[in-house]
Amino acid sequence: MKQGLFEIKENVRIAPDMYEMALQGDISAVTVPGQFVNITLDGFYLRRPISVHDVDPAAGILRIIYKAVGKGTEAMASMTPGGTLDVLTGLGNGFDIQRAGKNTLVIGGGAGAPPMFWTAKALRDSGRNVTAVLGFNTAEEVILQQKFEAAGIPVIITTADGSLGIKGFVTAALADLPAPDYTFSCGPEPMLRAVYDATACGGQFSFEERMGCGFGACMGCSCETKYGAKRICKDGPVLEKEEILW
Amino acid sequence: MVNLQTTLSGLVLDNPVIPASGTFGFGEEFAPLYDLNILGSISIKGTTQNPRFGNPTPRIAECTAGLINSVGLQNPGVEKVVTQELPRLATHYKKPVIANISGFSIEEYAACAARMDQAEQVGIIEVNVSCPNVHGGGISFGTDPAAAAAVTRAVKAVTDKPVYIKLTPNVTDIVSIAKACEEAGADGLALINTLLGMRIDLKRKKPVIANKMGGFSGPAIFPVALRMVYQVYEAVKIPIIGMGGVSTADDVIEMMLAGASAVQVGAANLVNPWACRDIIESLPERAQKYGISSLAEIIGGAHI
Repeated sequence: MKQGLFEIKENVRIAPDMYEMALQGDISAVTVPGQFVNITLDGFYLRRPISVHDVDPAAGILRIIYKAVGKGTEAMASMTPGGTLDVLTGLGNGFDIQRAGKNTLVIGGGAGAPPMFWTAKALRDSGRNVTAVLGFNTAEEVILQQKFEAAGIPVIITTADGSLGIKGFVTAALADLPAPDYTFSCGPEPMLRAVYDATACGGQFSFEERMGCGFGACMGCSCETKYGAKRICKDGPVLEKEEILW
Repeated sequence: MVNLQTTLSGLVLDNPVIPASGTFGFGEEFAPLYDLNILGSISIKGTTQNPRFGNPTPRIAECTAGLINSVGLQNPGVEKVVTQELPRLATHYKKPVIANISGFSIEEYAACAARMDQAEQVGIIEVNVSCPNVHGGGISFGTDPAAAAAVTRAVKAVTDKPVYIKLTPNVTDIVSIAKACEEAGADGLALINTLLGMRIDLKRKKPVIANKMGGFSGPAIFPVALRMVYQVYEAVKIPIIGMGGVSTADDVIEMMLAGASAVQVGAANLVNPWACRDIIESLPERAQKYGISSLAEIIGGAHI
């Protein structure tokens, strides 16, 4: 974990209530896809934990995509380039891509889709066959489709209302795909549960929980696993399929 | 040169700054961040006789200048704390620590204290009396002078280490509880624990926290904590560890002027993991600014 001041290089709306922010600073602690950062906002006591969407090590830039769901993230949405943010970086375990098989699926739902981009790229770079399934409620909420395509990663879109791609949740896409030998997922808990139930192979699942500190000190975000209590912020947010207790 | 040294029941601390129980775990997350040996002491994660997972999540709610937590004393149980956590902490931290214990019956407090008594690293036993008494209708031990005194006596009977009772502010008259603990033999007092609070999620129109209510801490409660330390200092002769929203060196100095011999820093550790280090580093300069050459000399200085 590192603390640093980051300069906002970019902060743009990419879908209703969804924003992408590029932050420049010391990203040396951001080493694993699926990790998150924790951001101090003026006037708010707790930091805001947000998953890392992508990194550009040469430029010292990390990208986050966040949903403006409360006063804190709404304040973030109105920030402009040139401003600075106090950010804790290198938080959480992230995805262990070494455990992936040859044919890997990455699955993201809504605001859980952004961290799957860096994850998919890392898998691609490690020589795996990667397909992405991204699920949203409606066509206007769809993000990242072109980005995955530009990165050479096949992407299947599902929307709950059928306004784009396959109608239904991400599991609707799984039926038509060859069975993967490993999955990486991030999204709302019902989606994670559905993927867990719909896939026979091993996988890793990134969970969300209200956090106090974000680095393992307060026990605010604990969950029970097969191997005892784990802190989502420190021992997670990624849990192995076989240790999850629903 | 400003002398930062202070004393708690014969235990000499290099400075008055102590991370508060529940905000610092067993030091493991902070050891890579800075040399823990700069700390006056460490109050370790609240420990119960048996392991506890704690409360359901969500356990955290944000507030203006603070947060509410309802962790519910998640801890691995006293045996594991003494045999695993304390030895691990000893690799990072060479000074005596403060063992924070909790119980849901008088017997559990005594059992937990007796086990902590055997741990050489433990310099002080800090007794959290904010827990509900399961045999007493679920009312917190700390809200009744007689129950708080009974816990104090039970713990004192099983240990020779200094016993500090950590008081809850959720009472009509904290002074009467403080006096009852002093009369029952407490070596010192620690105050305040968190204030009972609540938030409601406007979108769901339901409490944010699964357990509905939780303990409110952070800078917002500092004036309440300071006032209670001030009041208790007037009523007792035993030393006080002051806490509640302390975030800066100036807050530490205020707490000591109100009557605290040492000061714990809690919520601040969660938003700035280097908070205790930052406070300790700025204490000499801040003390000097106010013409203070020895922190020990200002304890209770605000009283006429």
